[in-house]
Amino acid sequence: MVIFGGMILSICMFLGLFVGDLLGKAIGVKGNVGGIGFAMLLLVVVVEYLLKNDMISQKAQDGIYYWRYMYIPLVVAMACRQNVVAALKGGPVAIISGVLVVIVLFLLVPLVTRLIPKSKMESIDEEEAI
Amino acid sequence: MNFIDIAVGIFVKYGLVMSFITIGAIMAVSIKLSEMTNKRIAGSAIAITIGLVLAYFGGTYAGGSHGLADIAFFSGIGVMGGKMLLNYGIVATAMGVRFEEIKKVGFAGVLSLFVGVFAAYGVGALVAYALGYHDPVEVCTIASGTTGFLIGPVVGEALGGSSAAVTIGVASGVLKAVIVMIVTPYVAKRIGLDNPQTAMVFGGILGTTSGTVAGLAATDVRLVPYGAMTATFFSGLGVLLCPSVMFLLTKMILG
Repeated sequence: MVIFGGMILSICMFLGLFVGDLLGKAIGVKGNVGGIGFAMLLLVVVVEYLLKNDMISQKAQDGIYYWRYMYIPLVVAMACRQNVVAALKGGPVAIISGVLVVIVLFLLVPLVTRLIPKSKMESIDEEEAI
Repeated sequence: MNFIDIAVGIFVKYGLVMSFITIGAIMAVSIKLSEMTNKRIAGSAIAITIGLVLAYFGGTYAGGSHGLADIAFFSGIGVMGGKMLLNYGIVATAMGVRFEEIKKVGFAGVLSLFVGVFAAYGVGALVAYALGYHDPVEVCTIASGTTGFLIGPVVGEALGGSSAAVTIGVASGVLKAVIVMIVTPYVAKRIGLDNPQTAMVFGGILGTTSGTVAGLAATDVRLVPYGAMTATFFSGLGVLLCPSVMFLLTKMILG
């Protein structure tokens, strides 16, 4: 059943958000800390386990893949509802710091990546088209 | 009989389902435009840019804070692009990710989060100071917003920053997210963004979940889960560090 895929996804999201809320409370921060990240980790582990033990049907996998492929349209919808007007209205401080910060952060990415041993980095091969 | 009224009525009443038409149309146009550039510019990158432009016009027209979604006809987009479904989609991108790849990033993944918060805060604070804000609370509120638009208001409230400072901070944070969405596919090659490990570092440093996941989606959708995984920890860390460590540092430096 396709819904089982959605159910697995939802359970992972619930548990992830739950842990994220607990972590937020524990360190005294308002809101959820890394809940979505935990949910993703959980999904990776759970699906790997289910596949290995042949416990998840193709239909159930399709139920999860449906949302995976809906992801870009969801992002486009998210872009449509951004407060772009406010972003541009924040005056020179907002515009200068907004632009500058992205430049600085982009430049930092290769520096931090250097800490990862070369042998552990592989570019993903071309195997699936969107 | 007023056909337009009937159509608008359906679009408002069945918002979420009707938003599939709107977003589908944007995707179709984007893919056509992408083909016209010989696919040099990815369809998703164009679609996200169109979305942002529409959000600007929607925001100007309706005067709300949710871009196009504040116009009744497009209200369903607010649901489709809202936090709940978007996060659901983000979690689903983890499908097909191998645990091995995540483990490989190691210490660099954690470090990237700290580097991201410190650097973004530093830039925000310097710019605020250079342009005439010298009160530590105001500087901290603005810089926290630059770090992440979710962080600014929390810090402003905690420290008692003015609403003007909160607004400026949030604006620079949103701008950061918007620029990351648009620019990432064009700089990806130059910063080595073609593997899961770099994507994780990228998510940690850039932080903005919405910016990171849209930017990566426009670059290569397979990188999204890795970037998203680290990025979702960024706001939490920012909310933790900005009003405490970063505020004390700011206060010390500004005397």
